[in-house]
Parts: sequence; C-alpha cells; structure tokens
Amino acid sequence: MTVILSQSFTGVSIGAVLLLIALGLSLTFGQMGVINMAHGEFIMAGAYTVYLLQGPIGSAGVSLLVALPVAFAVAGAMGAALEWLLIRRLYARPLDTLLVTWGVSLMLQQLARDLFGAPNVHTGTPSWLSGRITLIGGDDPLTLAHGRLFILGLALAAVVALTLTLRLTPLGRRIRAVVQHRDLAEASGIATARVDRVTFVLGSGLAGLAGVALTLVGPIGPTMGTNVIIDAFLVVVVGGIGQLRGAVIAAFALGVLQAVMEYSTTVSVARVTVLVAIVAFLQWRPQGIHTLRTRSLA
Amino acid sequence: MTDSSTSKSPTAPARWARWRTPLGYALGALVLFGLAPLVLSDFRLGQLARYLCVAIVAVGISLAWGRGGMLVLGQGLFFGLGGYAMAMHMKLADAGAGQLPDFMLLYGSTDELPWWWQPFSSPVVALAAVLVLPMGLAALIGWSVFRRRVRGAYFAILSQALAAAFAILLIGQQATTGGTNGLTNFQGFFGFSLHDPVNRRTVYFLIAATLLLLMLATRQLFHSRYGELLVAVRDSEERVRFLGYDPALVKLVAYVLSAGMAGVAGALFVPAVGIISPALIGIVPSIQFVIGAAIGGRASVAGAALGAVAVAWAQTTLSEEFPSAWTYFQGGLFVVVVAFLPGGLASLWHLAAARRRQRTEVVTAA
Repeated sequence: MTVILSQSFTGVSIGAVLLLIALGLSLTFGQMGVINMAHGEFIMAGAYTVYLLQGPIGSAGVSLLVALPVAFAVAGAMGAALEWLLIRRLYARPLDTLLVTWGVSLMLQQLARDLFGAPNVHTGTPSWLSGRITLIGGDDPLTLAHGRLFILGLALAAVVALTLTLRLTPLGRRIRAVVQHRDLAEASGIATARVDRVTFVLGSGLAGLAGVALTLVGPIGPTMGTNVIIDAFLVVVVGGIGQLRGAVIAAFALGVLQAVMEYSTTVSVARVTVLVAIVAFLQWRPQGIHTLRTRSLA
Repeated sequence: MTDSSTSKSPTAPARWARWRTPLGYALGALVLFGLAPLVLSDFRLGQLARYLCVAIVAVGISLAWGRGGMLVLGQGLFFGLGGYAMAMHMKLADAGAGQLPDFMLLYGSTDELPWWWQPFSSPVVALAAVLVLPMGLAALIGWSVFRRRVRGAYFAILSQALAAAFAILLIGQQATTGGTNGLTNFQGFFGFSLHDPVNRRTVYFLIAATLLLLMLATRQLFHSRYGELLVAVRDSEERVRFLGYDPALVKLVAYVLSAGMAGVAGALFVPAVGIISPALIGIVPSIQFVIGAAIGGRASVAGAALGAVAVAWAQTTLSEEFPSAWTYFQGGLFVVVVAFLPGGLASLWHLAAARRRQRTEVVTAA
C-alpha cells in the first residue's frame, strides 16, 4: 500500500517538473505554432541564475526565492531577444523555426560552457527544503521530500497564475483571441504581433522558473536543456495545443506512468515504454488530449 | 521548388543545363575514385569515408524532408539499426563459431548468446537486417503516424524522441549491447582483415560507389511522377487528398526509403570507422545529419550530400583546433541559412541563374 502511495507521489513530483518545463512551451506553441528548441536553454539560464545569485547572497534559502523573479526576468529577456531577432521573421515556417531555434540553443550551450565551464555545478539546498514530511510512520514509512513538495507547489502556483492571467486580464483575453483565430483577432483590432511578443516573453519567463526548480532535483550544466526539452515537447504533444488543461493532465499522466514503469522495470525500459505509449495514444487522439475545434483542415 | 534547368527554349544556357548534371556526377566520380585515393593518406581517406556515410544519410533526408516536407529529426535511429546489425555480425564473425563476442566476456554477465544476437551470425541475415530493420520500423512508425495525419512539428518531435529512446535503450542494456562504449574493436569485414590498408581502401570505394548510386537513384526519383506527387503533398497535402491520392502512402514511401538509406549508411560506417555507439545515434548526431542537408540545400541531392560532407569535414577539422568558435560558427551558419536561405547554399545557384535571366530580359526589352 505504502509502495503504491510513494510511487504515485514520485509520479506526481515527476509530473510537476514536467509541467513546469512544459508550461511555457505549451503557451508559445499553442499561440504561435512555434517550436522553440531553445526553451531548454532558457531553463538552463534560470538554473544558472540560482548558481550566480548564491555567491553574493550566501544563504541558499534566500537566493532561491530571489532567483525566482530574477530568473523569470532573465529568461524572459532572452525570449524577447530571440523573438525580435529571429522568430517574428519565421511565422509562416514552423519547421524552420524549430531548426533555427535549435541552432540558437547550440550556441547558448557553448556560451554556458565558456562562461561556467563544461562540468556541472551544484547549488546548496536551502535548509527549509532539505527535510522530509513523514505521512505514515512505522516500519514501512511514507515520507515526502520538502524539495519535491516545493516544486509541486511552484508548478501549481504557475498554472493558477497563468490561468487567471488568461481568463481575467485584458492581455489574457487578447492571447486567447489570437489562439482561437489569428486573422479574426487581427481584424478586430488586436495587434497580434505585439501579443505574440508578450506571450513569448511570458513563456520564456516560465522556463526560467522551471530552471530554478530544477536546481533542487539535479545538477546544473550546459546540457541540462537538451535533457529536458524532449520530455517537455512530449507533454505538449500529448496535451494538445491551446489549452493549459491538456498540458496539466498530460504532465501528471506521463509522470505517473514513468514512475510506475520505473518501479516495475528499469529506467531505460520505462522511457521507451512511455514513448511507445505516446505513439499509441496519438493513434487514438492525433491532436492530443485537448483539441481546439476549428474548421481548418491542417 | 521548380528546377530552372528544364527550360524549353534551346538557348545556350539550356544546352549547358542538359549537360550540367551528368558532368557534375562524372566530376564527382572522378574526385571520389581518382583524385581522393591519389592525394589523400590512408588516414585521411578513412575520414573521407566517414563523411561520405553522413552524406548518404543526408541524401535520404533530402528525399524525406526536402521533397517530402517531413522533418526527420531522428535518422540516428535508422542509422543505428543498420550500424548495430552490421556490427553485431562483425563481432560474431570475429569471435568465431559458438564463441561469445569479447565485450560480453568482459562484462561476464551472460554465458549464452542472447537469442536476438543469434541470427546475426549469418552474413545473409545480417545484410538483410541492415535494410529490413530500419525500413520495417520506419514503415511501422510512418504508417501509424501519417495515417492519423500527425505531421509538422509533431512528427519532428516524435521522430527525435524515438532516436533518443533507442540510444537510452542501448545504454541501459550494457551487458548485451556494449552500453555507452558501443560495439568496437573489429578485426574483419566478411573475412577480410580490417588491419590491411588495401581492404580499408576497398571499404572506402564501396562507400563512395554506394553514395553515387543512391544519389543518382534519388535524383531519378525526384524527376519521376512520384517525385512530383511528393512535392505536391509537401506543398498542399489536402489538395492532393482531394485529387484522389492517399498522401499518407506517398509520404510513407519517402520516409521508408530515407530510413533505408540511413540504415545502409550506418552499416557502411561500422567497417569504415570501426565503432558504433549510442553517442553516434542520439539526438545530437541526428540533428547533425539534418544540419548538413540544410546548409547544403535540402531539396537538392547534390546540395544535401555536399553540405553533409562539408559540415562533417569542418566539424572534425575545425572543432579540434577551435572547439568553442566552431560551435558558434556552425550554429550561426545554420541559423542564417535556415532563416534567410531556406534552399541552402545550392539555391544560390538558382538565385544567380534567375538574376541572370532577369537581366537578359531587361536587356532584350530595352
């Protein structure tokens, strides 16, 4: 019984990480149909922000909290630059955008290697995140790590904040209009190019937040973006375009599936099984969990 | 992309255009078979053989991506299947009948050959597997994916994820696949010692001939009715569907053929380079294959092949001396070419020709 509970918690916490790294991607892919391969490097930028702040601030706990807004700003600024320099010129060519942003990610990785060195760097874990909560004591204990709970909380907070932004603010209304029908939105007087830029900054900023969270579960290195980007895309693909709900369901479903498979087989077999499951799932629902019904054929 | 060389009027440029391709291929054959073995040392020739293997993959990419619009980001999967099929046979042949390959003895985890290794002791089965495994898997993936109209970025990400999964699977099964180290340290290739420079030279010739033949065949395919249909599917899948064709089938053929080419390239890579490992087939090498084709010219056979050779050459030569600067240069060139010159460097030729024609028209009009 405890095994099932602890495995489901592992699954949920994997899902929370997946959700954080996929949230920004889901936003930009949903709105602009743009695959941003440099998203992983924006995550990396967020993680290195924690590393850089830890030196001058000293306390790991304070620097983690300070890093949240700073990483959001850093990654957001990088996103703004990328959008302004390249992506806005490539809107009609989604596959080329994918390749161009991959070239950018290649250069950003090298930049990280030149600035911080090729080996991974480590950040200290804040004292208030190093403990575990014991839910069930005794011989067969069930404990939850504080760090994992923090990530779960951060992921849920990000989803709630994003949902409220999309639902309640004028900006959110404009974003939803562009997602649903770009031409009609433009005809109604919405400056779609400006909305795109803001969306891209938001999505990139979320990548920065994810990077901060990732410092709690793994090392920080130049290749960390490559390691997570595929998972993030799979969440978006399974979740479907244009709806946060799909991404949330997909992230937790994939996380739990991964945890269950890892428990019953090895890590590598688990990854392959999850992929095969995704291909099978796309047979059933090619557009993902949540589809935005339109009359377009493509 | 229209081929500007098929102009109807028998003007001087058109006459030249008729001979351009055969002359180009003759020149290519002359360089590969005559010049290169003469001027290059055995070591350099081995390196060239490696670049030519990458070029074979790039030819397949030009078929699937350049003409078919399917961004195949996971060709490493098929390259690896072909490579491992060949490597497993070579390992078994080295070990001799009934013996285990050396790395299995090293890890000491199995006393018996795993069942899925056993068929590869036969050279015929291994050679068949080089084609059947990649093409069969591609047919399976392609059929299930294209039929459900999964395309564009979705397809690209999916194919990339499959290559990543294959690499992870290989690393995980170290006892039977060699893990991260891969399969290496080969002695012979179908009974010929790989330590003999003459035999290594023969492997190079084999690769060069395969590349040229596949380039010619692919070029022929581009100019066939099927090639026209493939481009039509790329440019407007729905219109082709309304005309009564099945776009899924059209795409499937191109995808399976490109997978077969990647498999052949992988199989030839193993005797030429002497190793196949997960690091050669994962996400990064899979995208490297695409980079060469993109820079050279995705929709042109010669452009893709030359681009692949040039990028692979620059990769080995420049990355040794300036690892950091080379990465910036490669990334930057890739970004600029894909963003601002989608036809690759090969399209410069067409652009120049178009400009020349324009100028002539202006002159005649005046």
